[in-house]
Amino acid sequence: MGKLKLCFPRLGDYHVAFHSILKVIYPQAEVVTPPPMTKETVALGTRNSPDSICAPFKYNLGNYIQALEQGANVLFQTGTGCRFGYYGPVQEQILRDLGYDFRFIWISRYKINPGKIMRDLKSLDPTLTPGRAIRGGLLGLGEILLMDRMDYYLREHIGFEVEEGAFERAKEAFLTDLAAVSNWRELLTAARKHRRAYRAVPTNMPKHPLRVGVIGELYTLMEPFSNFYLEKQLARYHIVVSRRMSVTFLLLTRSDRRALRQSRGYLKYTVGANGVDSVAQARGYAKRGYDGLIHMKSSGCTPEINAEPMLLRLVKDYQIPLLRLSFDAQNGDTGMQTRIEAFADMLQMKKDDKSNGDKTHSWGRRGVDFYEGRTAQS
Amino acid sequence: MVGRGYLWTEGDPIGAVRRLIQTLKEQAPPHAVIDAVGTTGSARKLVGAMLEASAVKNEITAHAVGTLSRYPDVRTILEIGGQDAKIILLEHGVVVDYAMNTLCAAGTGAFLSSQARRLGIPVEEMGQWALRAKNPAKIAARCTVFAESDLVHKAQVGVSKEDLVAGLCAAVVANYLNNVGKGKQICTPVVFQGGVSKNRGVVAAFERELGEPVFVPEDGHLMGAIGAALLAQRAGGGHALPEDIAEIPFKTELHTCQQCANHCEIVCFYRKTQLIDHWGDRCDRGMAMSAGGASLSDMENI
Repeated sequence: MGKLKLCFPRLGDYHVAFHSILKVIYPQAEVVTPPPMTKETVALGTRNSPDSICAPFKYNLGNYIQALEQGANVLFQTGTGCRFGYYGPVQEQILRDLGYDFRFIWISRYKINPGKIMRDLKSLDPTLTPGRAIRGGLLGLGEILLMDRMDYYLREHIGFEVEEGAFERAKEAFLTDLAAVSNWRELLTAARKHRRAYRAVPTNMPKHPLRVGVIGELYTLMEPFSNFYLEKQLARYHIVVSRRMSVTFLLLTRSDRRALRQSRGYLKYTVGANGVDSVAQARGYAKRGYDGLIHMKSSGCTPEINAEPMLLRLVKDYQIPLLRLSFDAQNGDTGMQTRIEAFADMLQMKKDDKSNGDKTHSWGRRGVDFYEGRTAQS
Repeated sequence: MVGRGYLWTEGDPIGAVRRLIQTLKEQAPPHAVIDAVGTTGSARKLVGAMLEASAVKNEITAHAVGTLSRYPDVRTILEIGGQDAKIILLEHGVVVDYAMNTLCAAGTGAFLSSQARRLGIPVEEMGQWALRAKNPAKIAARCTVFAESDLVHKAQVGVSKEDLVAGLCAAVVANYLNNVGKGKQICTPVVFQGGVSKNRGVVAAFERELGEPVFVPEDGHLMGAIGAALLAQRAGGGHALPEDIAEIPFKTELHTCQQCANHCEIVCFYRKTQLIDHWGDRCDRGMAMSAGGASLSDMENI
């Protein structure tokens, strides 16, 4: 097979961390990061996938095909929870049927124990020592932790940047530096430098901004291409976006037991993948007085569909508006823009209504007054 | 209100707007001047750019504002239009919740008009037919395909057209309440609007299903337009419409931006050969190339 060329599906900006992990574990190999997501990626993935499969499968497959075309010959995939658990074997079969020659490393839920993972990893490089594998894993983990913390800060502040695009430039610089990191010392230096840089970006956040909690299926939440850059769109309406879902959350902080406790009264048992997490997080945001919730999933995502009845009840109990968005690999975001614009309008209007108790003129007039103000601004 | 018009875009919103302006001009008093334009609906950006609108608003907000101007204490707005359906819940004149249909067209006007054609009844007369029904047929409401095969089946066993039409109206209502209105608390007063509200059969079905009176505004099919007009009036700063709007050529072109690997599809909208608006790009890089107001031919070279 010649030189190993490793690749993995894209997920948000995490390819930077995945790249580092593989670079440490397999110093001899080349790491092929799949090209950024485009319509071409989606078209390739959709053409070769079962029609009714969830959208992330199609995106993953598109990534693989594009990476294979660039010469990749080892593909990595994981798989847990829901239909995601079947992604690996099905994708491998589809790609083999397409005539590609590659090795497929599938780290699935049946094999999540150090010994088996080690055996899988060693199959590519017999000289791999446990020490090196752990070093790679830890460095990647460190990068992921840092990225998630930075992203959390960014999501809450980007809607209020004084100079448009300042945060995106800061993020680009951060990711460039992060990609060059090869050990913990460099990582910590980068962390210090860029955390300072993020904080230095001037913002003008009002005292009580609108806050929205985003919940739902992991891939749709974490891959902005698959949700039409929802967070960017929300930022345009000056909204603080909170999203607990991240790789850090999935690897470290997630706990079914805790999530079930937090969603007591709504769920007694888990409903697959991150369904309970959605309910627990929704309740958390509602209790903290958030102005709205956005629930996103890929079309046909069973765990999230399971969670929906509970979310609908929760929304009634806590009187918090919920916007539900379902994505397929389709293209066209007009409907989504309409819904988000209306959602932002509604949240702002409710907030204004609550904060100024002036009831001297008729309610209908106030509605028009409110929108007049908004229109004049925009 | 001095003029009104309601027509299908027939896949050509720009042409439809031209015809609409003609209709409005004919209705308006001779010395009337158009001060400002408001647009709403799925082509709001396009038409807004075309007419230099002072208010460009989503349908939800526009409908809420329009209806509030007639019914200040409305609590629930049911809206069924040609291609979509929505529900808007209000409290004290403030929108507190809304939903739009996502994938299914069974609960919309498009479904009714296609079935009317099948039955050979003009869609405007469906309401009268439905009200004459003695024993409405039960028609599956889950999905257009089921509804249609159900309809064919019922027709074949000799159910009268009146009963079929009444069944269809009930099916639209059931579909609407189960899909769009799922999990929503419908409080009175209820206002039903949108093109389908002109169908008395559907209104009757709603009243039967909800057990409450349903108000249908006289201009129910125009509430979104009224809302957009109100918003435009109050936003001010409008432009008078050019006299020759009917002759100015407008053109939309799709360009794939090659500036980065995202390959955004940019929609460029031209008046004559001048670029007046663009959307679809995720950053400003794509438009840097047309910052100087690149002409159509320049764009082609990129």
